[in-house]
Amino acid sequence: MPYDLEFEKPLAELEKKIANLQRKGERLKPEERFQLQEAERELPRRTEEIYKHLSSWQTVLVARHKDRPYSLDYIKLMCEDFFELHGDRSCGDDHAIVAGPAKLDNQTVMLVCQQKGRDMKEKQFRNLGSPHPEGYRKAERVMQQAERFNMPIISLIDTSGASVAMMDEERGQAEAIASILCVMSRLSVPIVAAIIGEGGSGGALGIGIADRVLMLEHSIYSVAAPEAAASIIWRDSAYAQYAAEGMRVKACEVHKLGLVDQIVPEPSGGAHRNYQQTANNLKEAIQRHLVDLKQLSVDELLENRYQKFRTIGKYTRLETSGAITT
Amino acid sequence: MVKEAVPLTEQVFSGKETKPVLPIVGNIAVKCTKCKEILYTRDWEKNLKVCSRCDHHFRLTARERIALLVDPDSFIETDADLASTDPLHFIIQPPSHSDQRTYAEKLEAEQNKTGLTDAVVSGHATIEAMPLVLAVMDFHFMGGSMGSVVGEKITRTIELGIERRIPVLVVSTSGGARMQEGLYALMQMAKTSAALAKLREAQIPYFSLLTDPTTGGVSASFAMLGDVILAEPGALICFTGPRVIEQFMHIKIPENAVNSEFVLQHGMLDAVVHRRDLRPTLTQLLRLYSRA
Repeated sequence: MPYDLEFEKPLAELEKKIANLQRKGERLKPEERFQLQEAERELPRRTEEIYKHLSSWQTVLVARHKDRPYSLDYIKLMCEDFFELHGDRSCGDDHAIVAGPAKLDNQTVMLVCQQKGRDMKEKQFRNLGSPHPEGYRKAERVMQQAERFNMPIISLIDTSGASVAMMDEERGQAEAIASILCVMSRLSVPIVAAIIGEGGSGGALGIGIADRVLMLEHSIYSVAAPEAAASIIWRDSAYAQYAAEGMRVKACEVHKLGLVDQIVPEPSGGAHRNYQQTANNLKEAIQRHLVDLKQLSVDELLENRYQKFRTIGKYTRLETSGAITT
Repeated sequence: MVKEAVPLTEQVFSGKETKPVLPIVGNIAVKCTKCKEILYTRDWEKNLKVCSRCDHHFRLTARERIALLVDPDSFIETDADLASTDPLHFIIQPPSHSDQRTYAEKLEAEQNKTGLTDAVVSGHATIEAMPLVLAVMDFHFMGGSMGSVVGEKITRTIELGIERRIPVLVVSTSGGARMQEGLYALMQMAKTSAALAKLREAQIPYFSLLTDPTTGGVSASFAMLGDVILAEPGALICFTGPRVIEQFMHIKIPENAVNSEFVLQHGMLDAVVHRRDLRPTLTQLLRLYSRA
């Protein structure tokens, strides 16, 4: 896979150098052979070094990488017997949300995922992974079904945000999200959510009320896409990089703030370099949390989940000079 | 006769778009932003700040709203001193940008301007001697944006309703989540919705009143979870604002397309209520939903 991000230029050059030398095959001179070995050693080292120190904006680029694994890729690599459920039982079916039961090793889990598209056709089909109200309503009914059948819920989050169109307003996008936030908070089965790419705002949170929230190492989670945040704060989306840095969107930053339970490591150079390895890491993390959560009674599970979100917020008490009454 | 050429009084809602507000002519008249009619301030105030010609509902402060809804002297404020701590230490600024104030500086400026510590006032009161807890948002404070303090105060209000087993009223007005608080702001959607889920289990009624504008993370959480959802006429109520939809979809949306009447038509509200009818309506609801 080519190194095509701007900050990967040194890696692209090394790779080109390696390819050129390798092409010579038997005709390599001794010092060229040495150069080749050096370069082959240098490439993974440099990759590791660059990826250990990604800036906020660089992380955004990796989280949005066109070759990054999407939900369906993980489902294929982690689960068996996935049966996709469709429809919101009201008016439509949203392809940005992929949901249904599957076997995670020997256990049936209910998967509720956001799916982006690879090529133009798929992107359109999946609405770029931006769910409509129908999507959140499908997610809600599928989750309630999971509760009925005692299936833990695994939520894979990867969206730049909820869908933005007049039709979405007509069908009550706000109400759809509010409703599922409310319902998820009281579901009596364990819920593990993992942000695998972009955790875009309310669109992401809509399937993100969970007992454990994981983030892949180079994923992002933000109150708004950096471009949107920049337009709001500074009235110019060109300041997106500043917004990304200010809002602390990287997994490691979110983890430091105590807002995510675990960072799942990605292979060196990003998840797109090794789908299987990333899936293995993710599956292991999910399994571990499911085992943990299974130990809790329903009451403990629900109260812990309530407190998890109840305690989020930073405030202080100001010295006020006399109360103002009506 | 008042001359037309009066400079608009511009009020910059920090971090939000500049909106021209109430061209003031001396202090005795205001100009309706919608129909441009000149209204005598005294009559306008007596009319609950609703234009007597076109019925445009002007935005109220939280304290004005509370005064108009509850029994006189019944309101007892809670947590008046809660304030934000700038949790992300949001000091980053693009060097070329004209407004170089940090979030902390903007907060202080807004606090001085409005006399509030943040964009919501909470407490308990009575309406026609019936008790309720209420949280009323204020658009004048940073565009009513929801950060940790708004989320916390609304959640505490709901929890107080559960504890005392009395109805909850939340009056919403918001431009959305507060960007400078990042994920803390986003999570307030989860926190408030979870509290409402508990209220629901406790079978206690929650009345949600939407006023202009109610958007973004606020509409996608507590605002749209009322057992009864009311809205003032002509209020902008949406998830994504029409201007943003226009930019995204490259279409044109007519002015006032996404307002209370639109939202009612599409099944998302229970009633659109004129400001003068709000108190009687809430009285009626409190009577109907009380556990007799």
